[in-house]
Amino acid sequence: MSDYQSYMKGSPFEVKVISARFSLPDSTSIDTFLAHEGYQALAKAFQMGPEAVINEMKNSQLRGRGGAGFNTGLKWSFVPKQTDKPKYVVCNADESEPATCKDRPLMEYDPHQLIEGIIIAGYAIGAHQGYIYIRGEYRYLMEVLDRAIAEAYARGYLGKDIQGSGFDFELCTHTGAGAYECGEETALLNSLEGLRGYPRVKPPFPAVVGVYGCPTIVNNVETLCNAPHIVLKGAEWFAGLGTPKNGGTRLFCLSGHINRPGVYELPMGFPLRKMIEEVGGGIPRGKKLKSVIPGGSSCPLLTADEIDVPMDFDSLAKIGSMLGSGGVVMIDEDTCMVKVAQRIMKFYAHESCGWCIPCREGTAWLKRLLDRLHGGAGVTGDPDTALDVSYNILGKTLCPLGDAAAMPTISIVKKFRSEFDEHVRLGGCPYERKSAAVQAAR
Amino acid sequence: MLSDTLISKFDDVIARYPLKRSAIVPLLLFAQDEIGHISDEAIEEIARRVEVLPIEVIEDIGYYSMLHRQPIGKFNLQVCTNVSCQLLGGEEILEHCSKRLGIGHKQTTADGLFSLEEVECLGACCGAPAMQVNYDFYENLTPERVDRLIEDLKARAEK
Ligand SMILES: Cc1cc2nc3c(=O)[nH]c(=O)nc-3n(C[C@H](O)[C@H](O)[C@H](O)COP(=O)(O)O)c2cc1C
Ligand code: FES
Repeated sequence: MSDYQSYMKGSPFEVKVISARFSLPDSTSIDTFLAHEGYQALAKAFQMGPEAVINEMKNSQLRGRGGAGFNTGLKWSFVPKQTDKPKYVVCNADESEPATCKDRPLMEYDPHQLIEGIIIAGYAIGAHQGYIYIRGEYRYLMEVLDRAIAEAYARGYLGKDIQGSGFDFELCTHTGAGAYECGEETALLNSLEGLRGYPRVKPPFPAVVGVYGCPTIVNNVETLCNAPHIVLKGAEWFAGLGTPKNGGTRLFCLSGHINRPGVYELPMGFPLRKMIEEVGGGIPRGKKLKSVIPGGSSCPLLTADEIDVPMDFDSLAKIGSMLGSGGVVMIDEDTCMVKVAQRIMKFYAHESCGWCIPCREGTAWLKRLLDRLHGGAGVTGDPDTALDVSYNILGKTLCPLGDAAAMPTISIVKKFRSEFDEHVRLGGCPYERKSAAVQAAR
Repeated sequence: MLSDTLISKFDDVIARYPLKRSAIVPLLLFAQDEIGHISDEAIEEIARRVEVLPIEVIEDIGYYSMLHRQPIGKFNLQVCTNVSCQLLGGEEILEHCSKRLGIGHKQTTADGLFSLEEVECLGACCGAPAMQVNYDFYENLTPERVDRLIEDLKARAEK
């Protein structure tokens, strides 16, 4: 279990749509859900018909919350209508992007919201089977979901002829067993087929050839949780919550050097500075901010001068970064950015599945280089070599894990170049020396 | 021998998929939960039930970091040192566990009680620094909290 008080601290700036039921007593039970608009969107969807649901989704400007930010309704519309093959809905609950912990409360505190979203997705594309692919570490959440799924079956919201609609839908959980790469949608599909999680060549996209060779949509937990609200309250309302082309709200996970770490539901486009200073309560011990990871460790980092930016997909793209998965990490002035780069690369080198050579070799090379640099054995050319290796990974791999390793590295080397040069000049980490000196003086 | 509960769970899980081999990873994890590791017998049994060769099951085990063929400690301390945790002392927590237990990454204490593992982001970043003991989360850790936890776990093992 997660500690509710520690994750959901609350803020007057929050606009609660998908987190609205979190604080209700017994929030995971179907009775609580039904008493608070639960499964009403499903009934409405059955009246609207699949085509109208997809249009509503498109117009809502909901964009994928898993990281890439693709328009969800558009993705659903790519599923072929005329086909003999069965279709599938796969919910991506692999949540492994470092600094991201928002799907966890969504599943823990309101599992039926997700189930309703998945059924709506299934109805819209004409699928009769759904899988929730959940990371192995989230075992307790699998139990929460399994209980909720059993309740939904018992009350006729899953199974044959749901609520007399004539629509059948089966749903179950599926556990992973530790692999970041399995969050990538095509690797996830291989994993779901019992294979190693290696990526597939795209195209064909999963919407056409997905799991078992059949049309499949893969959507993130948070994305699917929004669907019932869009169906119930309309595309216009949803789009109006955010900024142009960025509908709705977003669960932002504030972590790192911040006074009030936690998950906050804020409108799309919420200003980053305000998020840090007013929602998160600023940087602890009166320290200055040095850098921000705006959306999980795969995103280019921002400097403290770049935080006057609305947190939506397009605004972050405009300044050369990404909104990613909603994991916002604050880094204070006492932090060594070479060490941050080193830790980030350690992750990607560990998680590279090894399928594409530029990623497998490049991340290992970068890790060795950054280890050496931070450890004091760096040479003058190292920062440039780090850039060179990164650019030779970028865009040269089947799945974006390679890019995810290269992009933060390039941004850190470029934006904090003087720290890299300082490591080379001193033959060690200036921050560790400083803290050693402080300790010696005590 | 695999227990009857495990076997009936196997049947249950396999029935969820149009392709039996889809069940491999879940079955491996459930078997590991019961046995403590993945035994050769479990590999054979799973392979037989999902109609693949044992080597295909072994191939999967090598890929997924939570799966292991050797026994580990009763309590597996998995300490996150990824970026949100690192900024708030995740490495110090790992170091503290290591000193306290006298073991390093992926090692087990002589009494078989504890194993230690440095892991990647657990999805507990807002409660950093964080760790998992088996499947249970422990967050906002300090060295003192870790000491207390280790004592509690020892007491639990004695019962
Ligand atoms: C290496 C890698 C890891 C990923 N991990 C996740 C993940 O844990 N959860 C997730 O929802 N999407 C993850 N994604 C994104 C998925 O590939 C995919 O874009 C997403 O599930 C689509 O859903 P959405 O459109 O609702 O965002 C990952 C992508 C990559 C390249
Ligand atoms: S970074 Fe440690 S739990 Fe996410």
